[in-house]
Amino acid sequence: MTPDVAIAAAKVLFALFLALQVMGLGVFFERKVSALIQDRIGANRAAIFGFAGLGLVNTLVADPIKFLLKEDITPAEADRLLHFLAPCASLVPALATFAVVPFGDVLEVGGRVINLQGAELSVGLLFVLAMASLGVYGVVLGGWASNNRWSLLGGIRGSAQMISYEIAMGLALIGVVLTYNTLDLQEIARAQGRLVWGWLPAWGILYQPLAFIIFLVAGVAESKRIPFDLPESESELVSGYFTEYSGAKHLMFMMSDFVEVVLVAALVTTLFFGGWQVPYLGRDGFHFPGGATLGLPSLAVVVLQVTAFALKVIAFTWLQIVIRWTLPRFRYDQLMRLGWQGLLPLSLANVMISALVVLLVERGA
Amino acid sequence: MSALIFLLLAALVLAAALTVVVHPSPVYSACALVVTLFLLSVFFVALDAQLVAVLQVIVYAGAIVVLFLFVIMLLNLTQTEPRPTAGAPLVAVAVGGGVAVVALVATVLRRVAPPGTPVLPAGFGDTAALGRRLFTAYLLPFELTSVLLLVAIVGAVGLAKRRP
Amino acid sequence: MPPTAPLTWYLGLSAVLFAIGAIGVLIRRNVIVIFMAIELMLNAVNLTFVALARSLGSMDGQVIVFFVMTVAAAEAAVGLAIIIALFRNGETMNADELVTLRW
Repeated sequence: MTPDVAIAAAKVLFALFLALQVMGLGVFFERKVSALIQDRIGANRAAIFGFAGLGLVNTLVADPIKFLLKEDITPAEADRLLHFLAPCASLVPALATFAVVPFGDVLEVGGRVINLQGAELSVGLLFVLAMASLGVYGVVLGGWASNNRWSLLGGIRGSAQMISYEIAMGLALIGVVLTYNTLDLQEIARAQGRLVWGWLPAWGILYQPLAFIIFLVAGVAESKRIPFDLPESESELVSGYFTEYSGAKHLMFMMSDFVEVVLVAALVTTLFFGGWQVPYLGRDGFHFPGGATLGLPSLAVVVLQVTAFALKVIAFTWLQIVIRWTLPRFRYDQLMRLGWQGLLPLSLANVMISALVVLLVERGA
Repeated sequence: MSALIFLLLAALVLAAALTVVVHPSPVYSACALVVTLFLLSVFFVALDAQLVAVLQVIVYAGAIVVLFLFVIMLLNLTQTEPRPTAGAPLVAVAVGGGVAVVALVATVLRRVAPPGTPVLPAGFGDTAALGRRLFTAYLLPFELTSVLLLVAIVGAVGLAKRRP
Repeated sequence: MPPTAPLTWYLGLSAVLFAIGAIGVLIRRNVIVIFMAIELMLNAVNLTFVALARSLGSMDGQVIVFFVMTVAAAEAAVGLAIIIALFRNGETMNADELVTLRW
């Protein structure tokens, strides 16, 4: 009983650790990549004993210390309890979703076969959608509890946007479920290890390209990143729903923003890019299509898989950051029109076409 | 789920439900409702109904209560009632309610024969099992429900539209 | 199969939840809170269905819960639209004062 509990705790902690490290990297990338795109150097002044580390010290050491030491102001007429809980309500569902993201195949140690996924739920994909639905509360409560016109407006806009794009996200996922016939993320990642025509890894993007695009767009809209960041638009609403937040609570809102970026990246890799799959790597080593094999111990395989997963997640985080600093912001009615009149019919069409193709393939086989 | 965990969760659910009904501010009632629904979802997981549990969070806690919160906030319905029920009517309802609860619980517990240990088929509570039941025996109610949802959408949009 | 609490405990819990919801409908005068108490009653019924589904080994209980959730969503949408329409016409949110249709 106790070794099982310890192993489960270790898996969950590792998944969280991975998520938070990539989030930290994401914050650093944000600063540096935005600086590169805007032809400037970026923050590089804060230094420890003269070591500035290209701005790493500034972003990862000085900034968090600054946030934590700032005065924590709650507006006079604001609702204290909800003002305090809103950042938590925003961060916790985003972090909880990492429990179902698989970061490796299996680790065989001491006679045990450990499935490298925080929690093995048979309804993993629906758990992801459930946590996305719960993330709306942080926005709407934060906006309302600040007792501020701009915050309320930002909060209502943000939550309306989130619930609109949740629908497109869910429908895009149905196409994936039809293809892989399971809701468990680990099974979906495993199923992408097959080879099509003997040499092409059967990653999700081959079977569901439209769903990938819809999911990526809906995911970026869900996390309220530019080009969908009207709820927190700095030029219009001061800071939208987190205007009245300072210090640690502001840090939590910013953290939840980046954790959602990493989450969208992790989900896109798991569903469409093979997750932890390294092409031609099986549980006991490489099996190249020509017939050559390369045997590897189980631990080396796991390290390769976890590294591959981390690299893919970092790549998609980088992609979202580049998108942020390249595109202008959508107007609110354009945003809603895209969600309801663009992505929703597209994802419905995707579901119908996928179902038709699956039916024909099954009938033909 | 051991008896201790059940009692703890049941106490939390009842506390949250009482907050929904008793708290003067509707926003706090809505937040307490979310907590109640989430805790009920935990009970569903313990009762081998995983799909229903997740659907409860997605549909109830994640959509219906958000709708409530929208309406409360957009229309600023946070004023408490001017004349809250107090005095004799409150005592009457509370006593009557208490008696009703006791009667309900006693009836339920007396009439239900303690069942034996159930033999659950493999995959009980799974998506596949629910889907199989839903699309064979309950196909007609399923199709009628989709019509019902369409009617509800049209009705809601029509009722809430701003008349020019 | 992990052990669960006895069926009667679940039925007792949902009976108490239902009673709390019913008392809420009777005591409160704010229409939105009345609505939320109705949702509480529906959830108590859901809990009963799921507990009985498990104790009888039949999936029908869970299918019925699925339908209850759908109907509750439709009802919530229409009910809130009615509240918005009431508000637009300058009506009060106090159920005691919404007496136009009374004879």
